[in-house]
Amino acid sequence: MSSSLARPTTPADPPEPDERLLHRSTLRSLLGRPELGAVVGAVAVFVFFSVVADSFLQLSSLSTVLYASSTIGIMAVPVALLMIGGEFDLSTGVAVTTSALVSSMFSYQMTANVWVGVGVSLLTSLAIGFFNGIVLVRTGLPSFIITLATFLMLTGMNLGFTKLISGKVSTKTIGDMEGFESARKIFASQHTIGDVNIKVTILWWLGLVAVATWILLRTRAGNWIFAAGGNAHAARAVGVPVARTKIALYMGTGFGAWVLGQHLLFSFDTVQSGEGVGNELLYIIAAVIGGCLMTGGYGSAIGAAVGALIFGMTNKGIVYAQWDADWFKFFLGAMLLLATLLNAWVRKRAEASK
Amino acid sequence: MSAVLAAVVGATLAGCSSTGGKRAEERAAKSAHGRAAVDTPRWTVAMVTHSGDGDSFWDIVRSGAEQAAVKDNIKFLYAHSDEGQQQSEQVQSYIDQKVDGLIVTLAKPDAMKAVVAKARKAGIPVITVNSGSAESKEFGALSHIGQDETIAGEAVGDELTKRGRKKALCVLHEQGNVGHEQRCDGARKTFKGKLENLYVEGTNMPDVLSAIEAKLQSGDYDAVVTLGAPFADTAVKAKKQAGSDAEINTFDLSKQVAQGLANGDLGFAVDQQPYLQGYQAVDLLWLYKYNADVLGGGQPVLTGPQIVTKDEADELAEYADRGTR
Repeated sequence: MSSSLARPTTPADPPEPDERLLHRSTLRSLLGRPELGAVVGAVAVFVFFSVVADSFLQLSSLSTVLYASSTIGIMAVPVALLMIGGEFDLSTGVAVTTSALVSSMFSYQMTANVWVGVGVSLLTSLAIGFFNGIVLVRTGLPSFIITLATFLMLTGMNLGFTKLISGKVSTKTIGDMEGFESARKIFASQHTIGDVNIKVTILWWLGLVAVATWILLRTRAGNWIFAAGGNAHAARAVGVPVARTKIALYMGTGFGAWVLGQHLLFSFDTVQSGEGVGNELLYIIAAVIGGCLMTGGYGSAIGAAVGALIFGMTNKGIVYAQWDADWFKFFLGAMLLLATLLNAWVRKRAEASK
Repeated sequence: MSAVLAAVVGATLAGCSSTGGKRAEERAAKSAHGRAAVDTPRWTVAMVTHSGDGDSFWDIVRSGAEQAAVKDNIKFLYAHSDEGQQQSEQVQSYIDQKVDGLIVTLAKPDAMKAVVAKARKAGIPVITVNSGSAESKEFGALSHIGQDETIAGEAVGDELTKRGRKKALCVLHEQGNVGHEQRCDGARKTFKGKLENLYVEGTNMPDVLSAIEAKLQSGDYDAVVTLGAPFADTAVKAKKQAGSDAEINTFDLSKQVAQGLANGDLGFAVDQQPYLQGYQAVDLLWLYKYNADVLGGGQPVLTGPQIVTKDEADELAEYADRGTR
């Protein structure tokens, strides 16, 4: 699974003239990819749990693992793009909850077709991203501080507005409203093939990876992202619209939050206002495991997806292995550390062999 | 450096404590020790709760379940998460493992609905505990074991009124837990005075302390109701720091709460017997597998509320000490 993920991006087009005339074999260019280490880490984690956990290799277990990975991966991909662009977003975890809350409460309060709420929620999520981006480029403050503030404000608004409007800490059910079934098909359906449940989030995840990879490797905007994250001043000097790029990247995370938020809403009908806190770190972790540098300018969307897969496999693998729940977080941390160390080691070897 | 080390080692050797510490723990372990009392096949039962990390209440539930598992020759698995999405994924993992029985909490019922249905479809009997008395039957669980949160809240409201309180604070430590809202709402219904909600971050004790302290300083509250035993302790500290004379009352019991009741720091506690919830759930699954027995007749099996005051405190302190009350 994980090794096949890497294939589509292998640059296979004929070498261009000028300084890139130097011929590089497919293997060489594969070794140079940022996600290589993560893929090796993912394979290692997979083999490990296949051995220690009896039920890990069942198809039904694997689909559970893929689903868990997809719920992290959907956000990890836009977060990875943002990190390549040189910025952080700490508000993504609660922004997911915000997106679900807005959608649910708007539809319910206005007694509107559910799709209207979904649309309003998309606008809100993009607006939150735009807000983060515009404050960032206007003030020049670190994104860490700005998005931390957004994180806190959203956490408060999630609970405050929900209590104010619904009178409870969770929203009222919209399961019986018009448009719910069709929206559920798009955001939260599942297809059973034999014994296996394929959740639609996995398709969203793969789709986002494909789009993000295309943007990064095949478009001018992709070059802008790498340039803005590598060295913003130099990029600005050669005419890269750094401000616009960064705002767009924040709106990208807003879009991811919207997709995941709608998934939560349409799989559970109601939304708990207090959830999502802490998940922002998981998305960042997935991106970093996948080869994104904390300093920006380097990384890949596929890597982030593989990072999410490593996290999903570890998270569920521990349960399948029936290890004591008290030690859960320890095992999780240790596995992630090992996967990341392996990742770093592989990358170093790959760079040395160039 | 070495002097400090020597002093520490010396103090450890010389200063034996006759109370608490490791020795008390060993006594507790002895009480939980046991061998299987039945010769049924070794079934596997998994429990998934909405507990946060390191929660004392859930530790008691778990030890009850483990005690019953030992007696019933059951392999007991446990996982928990305070996020509904995560909790449902954990249940799914156990369904994938084809366990023989499932025990789940329905603190966030909507998040659990689909996965409980899946368990039923896979032929795994489900018992709900603690939260979810309203949804348990509808979701197709065999029985629900717990306390009705609204009834428990109403008992608190009555008790507060009986004690002549006028303005009380209800401290909620798990945002989004429907059961917690029901407790406070229930209390508000029967309490003749005014009851306000205060949300705190339960996994961050300093935050709980400062939030309660600030609230007590800001108004003339004469009672505080916390929804979990560790928070009663913190509320007592906050009350002292704020110089308030509010009476601290709490849901749930612990060694500290029993001591607090005995020495007058606390007014009353409402116990729901967590040990019984874990124990009964495992035992009922065993009975179901062995004899197709179901308890409750479609109604929740109530383990509370039991109002505990100074009078019962001494007796319960001993049981709380070994981690079963």
